[in-house]
Amino acid sequence: MATLHTRSAARLMIAPSVLLLLAWMIVPLAMTIYFSFLRYNLLMPGMEEFAGFTNYKYFLTDPAFFQAIFNTLAIVLGVLFITVVGGIALALLLDQPMFGQGIVRILVIAPFLIMPTVAALVWKNMFMNPVNGLFAWIAKLFGLQPFDFLANAPLMSVILIVAWQWLPFATLILLTALQSLDEEQKEAAQMDGAGAWSRFIYLVLPHLSRAITVVILIQTIFLLSVFAEILVTTNGGPGTQSTNLTFLVYAQALLQFDVGGASAGGIIAVILANIVAFFLMRMIGKTLEA
Amino acid sequence: MGSITLSKVSKVFGAHAVIPSIDLDINNGEFVVFVGPSGCGKSTLLRLIAGLEDVSDGDIVIDGKNATELPPAQRGLSMVFQSYALYPHMSVRSNIAFPLKMAGEDKAVIDKKVSDAARVLNLTDYLDRKPRQLSGGQRQRVAIGRAIVRQPKAFLFDEPLSNLDAALRVNMRLEISQLHQDLKTTMIYVTHDQVEAMTMADKIVVLNRGRIEQVGSPLDLYHKPDNLFVAGFIGSPRMNIVSGPAAAAYQAHTMGIRPEHLALSKDSGTWQGTVGVAEHLGSDTFLHVNVDGGVGTVTARVSGDFAVTHGDRVFLTPDPQRVHRFDEKGLAVR
Amino acid sequence: MARNVSTQRKIVVTVVAWTIGILIFFPILWTFLTSFKTEAEAIASPPSLFFFDWTTENYHEVQSRSNYFLHFMNSVVVSVGSTLIGLIIAIPSAWAMAFSPTKRTKDVLMWMLSTKMMPSVGVLVPMYLLFRNTGLLDTRTGLVIVLTLINLPIIIWMLYTYFKEIPGEILEAARMDGASLSKEIIYVLTPMAIPGIASTLLLNIILAWNEAFWTLNLSAAKAAPLTAFIASYSSPEGLFYAKLSAASTMAIAPILILGWFSQKQLVRGLTFGAVK
Repeated sequence: MATLHTRSAARLMIAPSVLLLLAWMIVPLAMTIYFSFLRYNLLMPGMEEFAGFTNYKYFLTDPAFFQAIFNTLAIVLGVLFITVVGGIALALLLDQPMFGQGIVRILVIAPFLIMPTVAALVWKNMFMNPVNGLFAWIAKLFGLQPFDFLANAPLMSVILIVAWQWLPFATLILLTALQSLDEEQKEAAQMDGAGAWSRFIYLVLPHLSRAITVVILIQTIFLLSVFAEILVTTNGGPGTQSTNLTFLVYAQALLQFDVGGASAGGIIAVILANIVAFFLMRMIGKTLEA
Repeated sequence: MGSITLSKVSKVFGAHAVIPSIDLDINNGEFVVFVGPSGCGKSTLLRLIAGLEDVSDGDIVIDGKNATELPPAQRGLSMVFQSYALYPHMSVRSNIAFPLKMAGEDKAVIDKKVSDAARVLNLTDYLDRKPRQLSGGQRQRVAIGRAIVRQPKAFLFDEPLSNLDAALRVNMRLEISQLHQDLKTTMIYVTHDQVEAMTMADKIVVLNRGRIEQVGSPLDLYHKPDNLFVAGFIGSPRMNIVSGPAAAAYQAHTMGIRPEHLALSKDSGTWQGTVGVAEHLGSDTFLHVNVDGGVGTVTARVSGDFAVTHGDRVFLTPDPQRVHRFDEKGLAVR
Repeated sequence: MARNVSTQRKIVVTVVAWTIGILIFFPILWTFLTSFKTEAEAIASPPSLFFFDWTTENYHEVQSRSNYFLHFMNSVVVSVGSTLIGLIIAIPSAWAMAFSPTKRTKDVLMWMLSTKMMPSVGVLVPMYLLFRNTGLLDTRTGLVIVLTLINLPIIIWMLYTYFKEIPGEILEAARMDGASLSKEIIYVLTPMAIPGIASTLLLNIILAWNEAFWTLNLSAAKAAPLTAFIASYSSPEGLFYAKLSAASTMAIAPILILGWFSQKQLVRGLTFGAVK
């Protein structure tokens, strides 16, 4: 559906976006690569010198690096698990006939709209605080010792907060998909003698697979770079117990002013993200073509 | 005024030649129908004429002027699309006025032309509605209205009736034919329905796999099909095609006989067979007869009074004057 | 009989769903309520849900102490600005990809989306230095530039999926009717795509409003939007729950209301039309 004329016009109209994104991708990335081979500290200006792979060696042998990799994966997988399972359960519940469904939907979606810094602060202070937090009060109510979440289980706490923010997204997408399931299919399955459980396994779950793929894909993009929640609640600590890759590089760059080291870390983060993205893009390519 | 000439027009998508090479003359004021099975290239050909696609090779001459390189807007043609393609956010009035507005016409002129078109098409009461508030037939008329206000050199119709129900289709067919008589403007009409082609056309172009199989008046094609494809495509129910010894009896590799040209008898005839299904339409009855001796199933059209049911034995005799003979390549032998 | 069972079931479902809904919403509700308490009541044990002396003093306090309004305006300018500029760049691109696709269109789209997967932290250092050297650090302009770039792929994708639902025949009809390319976009495409463009706009304002990596790292006192403003409350200074709550409520209220009105489009938009 196109003539030469419209095609060349089309090329002209795509150009600005492509050029901007190309520049956005290449310029800073090239600079990061360049810095990663320098000994470059902001506190010692004018002392830059070529350092070869020293920064990489330093970064890769840092025990904090492996902790950060582990934490990054733990956050992504932990949140994905909670939100997908919880999202399916919630979507199934909300799909039932009930009174005031619209209001419940509004209540459930709210956490998604909250900015990460607010979510983290509210949870940190008003719920997880071992002295004045609501959880501490509940523990005391049952005669238990209040638990210091952020000190004793920092990673779990971060996962919990992030999962709370993303559960609505998963729920809403799965609910939308669920509502598009053909009513006649369900009735046919019922006529064929399928019980509620086998209807779920053989009919509902396959129908949801596309939506689940989308949830995993989009959440992964955002979860790989969780930052504000960590910055506000634990600051990566205690020690490096809740430091993920993003936070580690941030700390290297803006807290220790080590541009070279941080750049090397940034490049490593890009490489790792690319490995994840490679698989994700194949997944989305298939999903969106279907 | 509105003559269109295609010379050596071809269209290639990638490695696939949708239209290998077509030559065609369309005279001013003619109603030309492109007909063929889906995927035969008829819509592509129309879009090439419209300028919505570039030709890969060849020339399109409209009204004596080479239009091959012109954008659609400058070719002076109007098009009615299969989906009508009405602008959903505009009222009927604005839809019809749109081409005039694009041409920068005077407001008074636009109003006059729109209300004239609306009167002709019985749309006066609907001018302020949005397309979604109209029925299928009304939408169709708005699309036609939008096409006629420009007073184009030719109208292009791309399967315009395929979204309408059967009764409405017959109505609109008449309306479009009437419109052609009134305007006397060239019309090119694409359809896969041979009934539409037969009833509306001055000239039918039968297309198959991007090639023209035959060009001619409806009755030409009916009486003198050039080849097996046209023979099988034009006419309803389809022509019976028989090959083997039964055809050899008529000095042909393959012979064809239309259902209406078979004489039926309960006593004697050329072929003998058993009635399979009898479709009673009232005025006519279509008999599907399993003929003995390797001829196969043959459809015959008889008067509705001819009393016969499943399992009866009948005799069939092809009218020798109406037998079509074809050679090994499927070309007509005359 | 059957009717009775289904009504009973409906009531049970309603109770369960409302309970879970309120539990999920509770942190926000609690923040809202706390913002009207005095600092002493905010940490009182046992805490009181509704029965306390309602006061709006915290809101005054927040505004007078840290100029909430400045940060609110920063958020508005940055999120709305970046979204509008993004739309202006994205509409022609999405038009081209939706209505004049080539073999490479899909790859270009995929590539655009993949820039979204590049971890921001990979380019944090050069961006920080670039901003510092060009004086863009801690300016609204700088934040608008960055947020436009990081949300551009999403804007293009969303518009693309909306545009694709507009039948190409209508644009061809406009071409046959003598409309030039620009008139085709102005008179036909844009009016038809208004709902899609509106929800793209809405969703991206929400995303930009809540973006917290670049806003935290590239802004300080002057240009800090609400995300960064709130983060400054992370170091406790005595009794501050009520004030924190008031600041939080003010930071999230506008976007919460916007989001509630657009929840349907939110889902569609964020899944790039893959789930309907």
